Amino acid sequence: MGANEMIVKIVSKNFDIPNSHKLEVALKHGRYESIDKAFSMTPNEITEEVCKSGLRGKGGGGAHCGPKWKLMPPVDERPRYLIVNGDESEPGTFKDRQIFQYDPHLLIEGIICSSYAIGAHDAYIYIRGEYKWFIDRLNVAIDEAYAAGIIGPKVMNKYDYRIDITVHRGGGAYICGEKSALIESVEGKRGHPRLKPHGKECEWFYDMPATVNNVETISSVPNIVLNGYESYTKYGTEKAPGTMLFAMSGPVKNPGVYELQYGCKMIDVINEIGGGMKDGLKLKAVIPGGASCPILTAQEVENAYLDYESMWDIGSTLGTGGMMIIPEGVSMVDVAKNLIEFYHHESCGQCTPCREGTGWIDKILKKILEGNGSQEDLTTILDVCETMNGKTVCVFAPAVKDIIKSIVEKYKDEFIAEFNK
Amino acid sequence: MGKFKYTPENEEKFQITAKKYPKIDSMMLPALWLVQEQEGWVSPDAMIYVAEKLGKSPIQVYEFATFYTMFNLKPIGTYHIELCKTLSCMIMGAPELKKFIKETLGIEPGQTTPDGKFHLSEVECQGACGGAPMIALNHQYHENLTVEKLDKIIKECK
Repeated sequence: MGANEMIVKIVSKNFDIPNSHKLEVALKHGRYESIDKAFSMTPNEITEEVCKSGLRGKGGGGAHCGPKWKLMPPVDERPRYLIVNGDESEPGTFKDRQIFQYDPHLLIEGIICSSYAIGAHDAYIYIRGEYKWFIDRLNVAIDEAYAAGIIGPKVMNKYDYRIDITVHRGGGAYICGEKSALIESVEGKRGHPRLKPHGKECEWFYDMPATVNNVETISSVPNIVLNGYESYTKYGTEKAPGTMLFAMSGPVKNPGVYELQYGCKMIDVINEIGGGMKDGLKLKAVIPGGASCPILTAQEVENAYLDYESMWDIGSTLGTGGMMIIPEGVSMVDVAKNLIEFYHHESCGQCTPCREGTGWIDKILKKILEGNGSQEDLTTILDVCETMNGKTVCVFAPAVKDIIKSIVEKYKDEFIAEFNK
Repeated sequence: MGKFKYTPENEEKFQITAKKYPKIDSMMLPALWLVQEQEGWVSPDAMIYVAEKLGKSPIQVYEFATFYTMFNLKPIGTYHIELCKTLSCMIMGAPELKKFIKETLGIEPGQTTPDGKFHLSEVECQGACGGAPMIALNHQYHENLTVEKLDKIIKECK
């Protein structure tokens, strides 16, 4: 597949238009066109359309969006909420900020369609605190939308449906990207993930029904509403239809964010869209979708395809689609140390295996890097990984196990070489 | 009641924002952000003030503020340099930037220059990996940095 076939601009369609973030420009380029169509449909019809599109959550999990909306209980007198997850803290991920920067009105349009579909009147957008500039940019767009009567007591000045949108600025905690921790945070508490229910159900914000969706997921809705699900399913794979904003970072010639259809071959994306490695460097490994995905060796990258199922087949995950490219010459022990410092710092501290496990591995890797390691230390790391896996409230600890175990197992020689330095 | 008090503008912002949430509890983050914007840090005094406004005990605000690493619990310098250290930045040259800051400003992560002008924090991924290495200077991102570019940015800080 060539670059032209791989790149499909649905969410990023307006990104290159000058001043695309301003309402005046946005309106000239199709923003809010889906609203009339949405309000000519019933909420259930929109949900069905989104179900048929196969739209999957772009925040990392890849859960189906339509079925998630259906978890909301039938409309009753209780308030209902849409909470949009823009915490974007997974290392290697910097895609949602493109939407805040270049097409904030697309997100607002998506929020209107999605809120109407799930019967919500209040939407909160949780954005990581570091994105101050992007938050300001989005708030200007929200103010424009209020002033123009697009949101507020009525939608587009004519539809009798109240929508209020509020941006909630985070405070620098990675774990608040976990949806239940995010809600805890908006409720004014530490971002500790909640225990998962026994069956599938919606989320609860102050004990009221709520849905949490990623920024890019919500931004994918207007196209599906306006142009029908076929406009989405004609791209991507059967199980992962449509597109996603893939990010590339590290020493490639053109790092950045590119909207690609699912199922592209990873090495083609790196070479043809990323421009290949720069400065004559050689590819050593790729962490495919944010730090929490098992690492792929250069050889594995040759056979990797960018969709959820293909990545699972080769023992990794697609995650957020944020590929971190690692060149030859970078020590994998340093990579593991760097990432475990991240996790050690960001563990919320609620569960013992995670709080202690991340710190323990951090200490062992420090010891190895100081030349005092032994085979026993590697065994301990893998043991600690197992202790963290499946024994905690959220998937943070299993993710740590995934990435650390994959690095230690695939690059064992590099760890052993440190023992006697 | 201590010495801290919102400015009239911030008090107004607080009241407007509070109306957007079903419960006042949600004002924890916005209220502390207003404090930090006003003072540059969150003092124990300000925590007591926020606690009273939200109907919480001071320890609840303290517990909250200590979880969210962006809140400065001590005064910091005029210019807050947040240097990203996570993987893509590490690969693309963050260690050189750190070394340069140590050489020119004489500070390591967590330290402030004696004149109170610069404070350096080494932080985890800021979501700017495509522009690695990067710093945030008082929340403004500076990406695709080299030592030369960083030198210029530092010199422009008055």
